[in-house]
Amino acid sequence: MISLVLILLTSLFFMGVVIRTKSIASGRKGPGLFQPMKDLFRLWKKGSVYSNTTSFIFQIAPSIYFASIIMAILVIPFGEYKGIISFDGDFVFFAYVLALGKFFSIIGALDTGSSFEGMGASREALYSMLAEPAFFILMGSFALYTGHTSFHEIFTSLHFGSYISYGLGALATFVLVMIAMIENSRMPVDDPKTHLELTMVHEVMILDNSGFDLGLILYGTNLKFAMYGALIANFFTGSFPILISILIFFGVQIIFAITVGVLESFSARFRMGNNPQFIFTLTSISILIFFGVLLIMGKFI
Amino acid sequence: MAYIQTYIAILIISLLVIPFLKVKWKGISTLSLVIFNAILSGYHAFPALLGEKLEFIFPGSIVTGAVPIRIDALSAWFILLINFTLITGALYGLHYMKTYRKQTANISLHCLAYLLIQSSLIAICVIQNSLVFLFAWEIMTLSSFVLIIFEYYKQDTLKAGINFLIQSHAGVLFLTLGFIWVYYRTGSYDFDAISQFSSSFPPIVSLGLFFSFFIGFAIKAGFVPFHTWLPYAHPASPSHISGIMSGVIIKIGIFGILRMLQLIQTDYILLGYIILVFSVISGVYGVMLAILQHNLKKLLAYHSIENIGIIGIGIGLGTLGIGQQNITLILLGFGGALLHVLNHSLFKSLLFYAAGNVYQATHTMNIEHLGGLVKRMPQSAILFLIAALAICGLPPFNGFVSEFLIYSGLFDGMENKAMLNIVVLLFSVFGMVLIGGLAILCFTKAFGSIFLGNPRHHFQETPIESSTGKLLPMYMISAFILAIGLFPKFFFSLLTEPLKLYSDKMNFTGNFAQSVQISGTMQAIGFSAAGFIVLGLLIFIIRKAVTAQKPKLISATWGCGYTGETKKMQYTASSFIRSYRKLAEPVLSVRKKKIEIDGIFPVSGWHETHPYDKIEKWFIDLPWRRLKFFFGKFRFLQNGNVQFYVLYGTIFITLILIFPVLYEAFKKIIYFLNQI
Repeated sequence: MISLVLILLTSLFFMGVVIRTKSIASGRKGPGLFQPMKDLFRLWKKGSVYSNTTSFIFQIAPSIYFASIIMAILVIPFGEYKGIISFDGDFVFFAYVLALGKFFSIIGALDTGSSFEGMGASREALYSMLAEPAFFILMGSFALYTGHTSFHEIFTSLHFGSYISYGLGALATFVLVMIAMIENSRMPVDDPKTHLELTMVHEVMILDNSGFDLGLILYGTNLKFAMYGALIANFFTGSFPILISILIFFGVQIIFAITVGVLESFSARFRMGNNPQFIFTLTSISILIFFGVLLIMGKFI
Repeated sequence: MAYIQTYIAILIISLLVIPFLKVKWKGISTLSLVIFNAILSGYHAFPALLGEKLEFIFPGSIVTGAVPIRIDALSAWFILLINFTLITGALYGLHYMKTYRKQTANISLHCLAYLLIQSSLIAICVIQNSLVFLFAWEIMTLSSFVLIIFEYYKQDTLKAGINFLIQSHAGVLFLTLGFIWVYYRTGSYDFDAISQFSSSFPPIVSLGLFFSFFIGFAIKAGFVPFHTWLPYAHPASPSHISGIMSGVIIKIGIFGILRMLQLIQTDYILLGYIILVFSVISGVYGVMLAILQHNLKKLLAYHSIENIGIIGIGIGLGTLGIGQQNITLILLGFGGALLHVLNHSLFKSLLFYAAGNVYQATHTMNIEHLGGLVKRMPQSAILFLIAALAICGLPPFNGFVSEFLIYSGLFDGMENKAMLNIVVLLFSVFGMVLIGGLAILCFTKAFGSIFLGNPRHHFQETPIESSTGKLLPMYMISAFILAIGLFPKFFFSLLTEPLKLYSDKMNFTGNFAQSVQISGTMQAIGFSAAGFIVLGLLIFIIRKAVTAQKPKLISATWGCGYTGETKKMQYTASSFIRSYRKLAEPVLSVRKKKIEIDGIFPVSGWHETHPYDKIEKWFIDLPWRRLKFFFGKFRFLQNGNVQFYVLYGTIFITLILIFPVLYEAFKKIIYFLNQI
């Protein structure tokens, strides 16, 4: 429960921090922290335009996409507190429920019969497929390391001891940040601020969404960021008292948001053709983590 | 005993009567007989599933020896799922076949073959005498051949059918070899002799025996590289036959493998690794090829190979569990595999029936020609979508439950920290994840290009929704799919008895604490699935409430500034998977032909891709060509002159007659030499 509340709170200002970082990096003052949320509220109040090609799929897709994100958040624990849903192997559920949301956002885009949105859908499907193994091998390594298979148990029994394990924590954080960037279609895989449809991934998929639906999808992105941030924070909260944990949680989230901002300010988007290779490289980093775990357990020597 | 005789008597009488009925009654009587048979066999199978093992022994003949009929929990599970899919298949087929009403004789044959396939499938599940088993197996193969070539007047169909027939018989050859081996050593056709055989020989010999059976059954099940008949046979047959073939007929191969695993004692750890690697390759290869297909039914056929791979991963995991004396692995591995057998039979048959609806509405299976059907056939579209989500293993549907069990098994199996074990399991996790991701790519492509967007082709007749008769069995299946997704605990508890067959193998004496824990997890999944549905509905209702008062405009799809006709510019199935194809091209073989558009006034351009199976090229086509070349050398023998043929006959007879004489002479010479 507590993780849900914290993630919802974070989602309110996360994008604000990212945008603020980007504006400061480019020498501007930038909007207030809550400006993205205000934009969302404005969207939620608006009417919408639907394409005459679309069917009911287009109507239900954003809601299911949003529901899948909420469902995934329910699985995430906070320190010693379980998520609302917690069972052995819940990270499989987490990944698959997100995949369901992705499935719907893809068919929602295809429903418009647009010459552009199919392109984004195609890329999204491919990239998320390529990013999935990295997540599973990462979680598999930690399952192997701790001997547990649920988020809550993995995080509570994760003890950092040797130098290698700190290294593993850092690598895992890197992988999760990168997965979050891919899942949310941000730099370096996709540039949300690009103005050319041919080079977009996620943005081009939602060209036809408007009003409430668009608001849901955009808020979904905020939530997804906060969700991955919470996952990363869980690596560090450990067994501290609750207040300190909450502080660490927000600290990690803000650092994460600033990292996203910095990454987006100082890196260029990859060529589309090179994205698959880059994403697949994440899997090899996960495998590195896996071998690190084997090393800690003394399987190599 | 009397019960089985009655069963056979009814079958024979109905086979004799059906050809003389009117066309309308042929279908109806077949359907009612299928249901009747299902009730009859289900009546005995259900108690067996709950643990009441049944055994009849027929005296048999001199040739076969006693014929034991044993219904244990494993056969019961398969009998029940076979019956369900065959009933839905008959229901669907009854309406699907209306188009072919004029081909009376053909339909009679079809009905007979349908009844025979049901009886032979059930017979295969219960008969435990090798000879009679092979007999039933042969009836099954022949009747599925007849079912496949319903449209025998089409060349492709006949070709696919003969391909199926030949490859199936290659499978029969391996089975026969295995059974003869056992008979030669033990002198008994009873299946119990197989476990006798394997316990009296070193594990490596029984591994050989297992592989003889495994190859035989794998050809039926469609494991790579024995899968090549599958993608031809499925598109060729009528849709309800594709549905039952993919749903249950190929599963009988899985049944065979499971039965042999139960009987044969061998080095389970090694066997587990081998099955795992085989299955991961099958799964990934199947789905990799599925994505490239343009023919919807062929695409679904490749997905069957993928799902056989997933089932195989479960079986391999369970086998590993027996070897490592790990009860959790047995429960999760075999449990996942058995549940996935049921799940796959449900969503795959649903997909094929939906494909059948599309086919009868549009008369094409080419994905590139379809589009926008959701507006014409909303019910078929929703049913297809449900099945597509289920086959991708997404919650809240049934595919997720079985894939989850297998995933849990793979992660739990890592507790055994032997290096090889961990690496193989990690490889399998990697395979499972790739399969999942690729399946999503494949089904977004299929659903998106068939049902969504604008039509890509102008049909003479506007496609219309199928009749209620065809939709009814599909709704039945989708209700079942959702039920498994929402109440996985119940369905897992049904598997308790079949799983005991395997946990007994490791002399497990402790309590089933793990089983309790797993069913706890299953319950949590059920709740989460239900919660997800509620949440989705809630958000949708909120959306409805908020947007009810807001203005809604209907307009054209945003063309990024271009306002003209964009229908021809929408993304096609091929363009949707283009980036994937580029990535996968080195592994797969795709023939491409294209004419680029260039010049100041471009005229026309086109682009064709023909995906082909690399394994088929190397494993079937190449040896085939070599064989043809070799036998071609003897072509001169077949020269068309009757005189020559008479001569061959004479030479043959002479040789036969001379042979004993020569043999005697040879013996004498040897004797003579020995004397010296």
